[in-house]
Amino acid sequence: MRTRSLALLVALATLLAGCGTPGGDSGDNAEQAEESKQNSAKVDVAKAGDVTLTIWDQEVRGGQAAQIKRLNAAFLAQYPNVKINRVAKSFTDLQTTLKLAVSSNKPPDIVQANQGRTIMGQLVKGGLLKPMDAYADAYGWNERWSETLLDLNRFNAEGTEFGSGNLYGVSQMGEIVGVFYNRAKVKTVPKTFGEFESMLAKAKQAGETPIAFGNLDKFGGIHQFQTVQNQFVGKDPTRNFVFAKNGQTFDTPGNREAAAKLVEWADKGYFTKDFNGTGYDPAWQQFAKGKGPFTIAGTWITFDALKELGDKLGFFLMPGREAGGEPISLGGESIPWAITSKSKHADVAAAYIDFITNAKAADVLVETDNLPAMTATKQPTAPVNKEIFAAWKQLNDADGLTPYMDYATPTFFDDFSGAVQRLLGGKLTPEAFTKAVQGDYAKFTDEL
Amino acid sequence: MTTLAPPGEPRRVAYLYLLPGLVVFALFVLAPLLHSAWLSLFTWDGVTAGEWTGLDNYQAIVSDPKLRAAFMHALVLVAFYAVGPIAIGLLLAAAMSRTRVRGLALFRTVLFLPQVIALVVVAVMWRMIYAPDGGLINEGLRAVGLGGLTQNWLGSFSLALPSVGLIGTWVMYGLTMVLFTAGVQKIPQSLYDAARMDGAGPVREFFAVTLPGLRNEIAVALTLTTIQALRAFDLVYITTGGGPGDATSVPAFEVYNRAFSGGDVGTASAIGVCIAALIFALTLLINRIAEREAAR
Repeated sequence: MRTRSLALLVALATLLAGCGTPGGDSGDNAEQAEESKQNSAKVDVAKAGDVTLTIWDQEVRGGQAAQIKRLNAAFLAQYPNVKINRVAKSFTDLQTTLKLAVSSNKPPDIVQANQGRTIMGQLVKGGLLKPMDAYADAYGWNERWSETLLDLNRFNAEGTEFGSGNLYGVSQMGEIVGVFYNRAKVKTVPKTFGEFESMLAKAKQAGETPIAFGNLDKFGGIHQFQTVQNQFVGKDPTRNFVFAKNGQTFDTPGNREAAAKLVEWADKGYFTKDFNGTGYDPAWQQFAKGKGPFTIAGTWITFDALKELGDKLGFFLMPGREAGGEPISLGGESIPWAITSKSKHADVAAAYIDFITNAKAADVLVETDNLPAMTATKQPTAPVNKEIFAAWKQLNDADGLTPYMDYATPTFFDDFSGAVQRLLGGKLTPEAFTKAVQGDYAKFTDEL
Repeated sequence: MTTLAPPGEPRRVAYLYLLPGLVVFALFVLAPLLHSAWLSLFTWDGVTAGEWTGLDNYQAIVSDPKLRAAFMHALVLVAFYAVGPIAIGLLLAAAMSRTRVRGLALFRTVLFLPQVIALVVVAVMWRMIYAPDGGLINEGLRAVGLGGLTQNWLGSFSLALPSVGLIGTWVMYGLTMVLFTAGVQKIPQSLYDAARMDGAGPVREFFAVTLPGLRNEIAVALTLTTIQALRAFDLVYITTGGGPGDATSVPAFEVYNRAFSGGDVGTASAIGVCIAALIFALTLLINRIAEREAAR
């Protein structure tokens, strides 16, 4: 009996395991991309008949949820023939389930597919997203966003080159990583990097924590590093590095200098004590409670920090090492809206995406406490938001945004954030740090 | 002429009774397991066509220092999840074997509570407890004048793993304690009386009576806690995200990372299969030892 049941088990095993090559039917993507580009047109949605758009998004928090609810309602009111089947998920939930959903036989029509190689690049590689260039021409999207913001949503048809090629998505909101300050403690905004450093020294002498910083969640360190790096390296090397343009390396004198500067700050006690063991939120919340003059963070904390600090909350871009230079700052845009290549209503989907990113939508974004990536006519009321809006305009006019380093390779978030934790924790010298980061990077780019 | 099998003898129809259970097991446990094993033989990003690479993914597990480190961390966690709680559980059981405590049910419930709380909640709670500034431990140390002993619990390269492990100890000791105190009550009082008549002290009594009497319970506790340690994910994911650096990365965390953000489903599956094999081997070993001891 025993042998027989074993045989049964083996038979079952072969039956179950005989699933063939995983993901075997993705086909020739470049050809598909070309084809679907030609089948794109601007349509009058009102005459498109009964359409149901299935949309997967992650606009579920505070102002984000408010804006999408308003815009969806407006779209439905304008086009009663359209129904929206909205599937709202948290960011992490969407990240982990999106690939399966989009590669299924009945994918959603519109999805929010995060920038970079991990999500958007993979989906493009599988021929699962529709190139939106024809729509961009028809709707005038190329004028709506700055070149850099569009580039962040571009890939070649094979999904191997990032930052150029076809447009696969557009974003609603902008974000900047800059310096938040407490007006009660900082009377004038520093004009140079050196001036900023002397303010840090003064705050330290006064017994304060100059920069509220928590790195337990790992991503905070990336933002501290890049904010300093921008002032030592400039924008093009970082962009080319993230987009993996030929021969880019991280092991440069500029990056070593930036790393050394950051270590110097850590050694001088300019950051929150025990920052590697302190959570991201608890750290900036200390700043918001009025402890310490600065925190280096993304504009996503504005909404909550404003509740604590009110008009005392201020924002500036990290100044350059010489006064009066062009602004340059880490930043980007919210998760782009993309159309799946299997969508039966791609033209209506494009009209929807246009609707939630046009000038009227930009005003709705302002009213719901968001920073529109597009130019808006409405201006916010809170002083800090005025500063952020001005900074966003400055950055876009001067083309000064640099992308997040963790876009560079699929594993770079962990690789890079871990390396920054080691650098700031004294486990890596600046030289070893740039070498280690380059080593992780080369493992990926060598195979491109 | 048909002969019926005598009652109590194995009959083929018995397999029919097993079928419903087998179908459910095959569909929800066996099939995914085998599918993972199948995927582990490919280099696959989760979207485009995979490429057959045979055992390369397994070779990578052995040769990749980051993954080797992750498996070492898992073994360290075994000490915290299994050895620690069992030692604590035995100590409590030994104490209880010598005295009859009133309101035992209440104590048991209170001590068992960590087991009942969802691990995610536990992790979030301990993150607050470990916070360098404002956390319960460091503030407690400062309050009693031991400010010099405060630590950067989750942010220190040497302390992060033991700190995560201690959370595991806290979660698991309730389970071992309940198992052992229940087991102790099952040991006949006469054995204790005999030991005392022979002049055994508390230590001798523990090794001669309590410990052998709890053999089966120890095997069960060791199995359950070891499995928990090897598949630890939630605590690491929420408290440290594998950091600082890679100081607390564990295999289950790497599975998640590689499958869902790294776009490397093949290696992720291979790691998963290795965890399963390791758990299987260890539980087999534990049970073998327990059985052999019992036979002696």
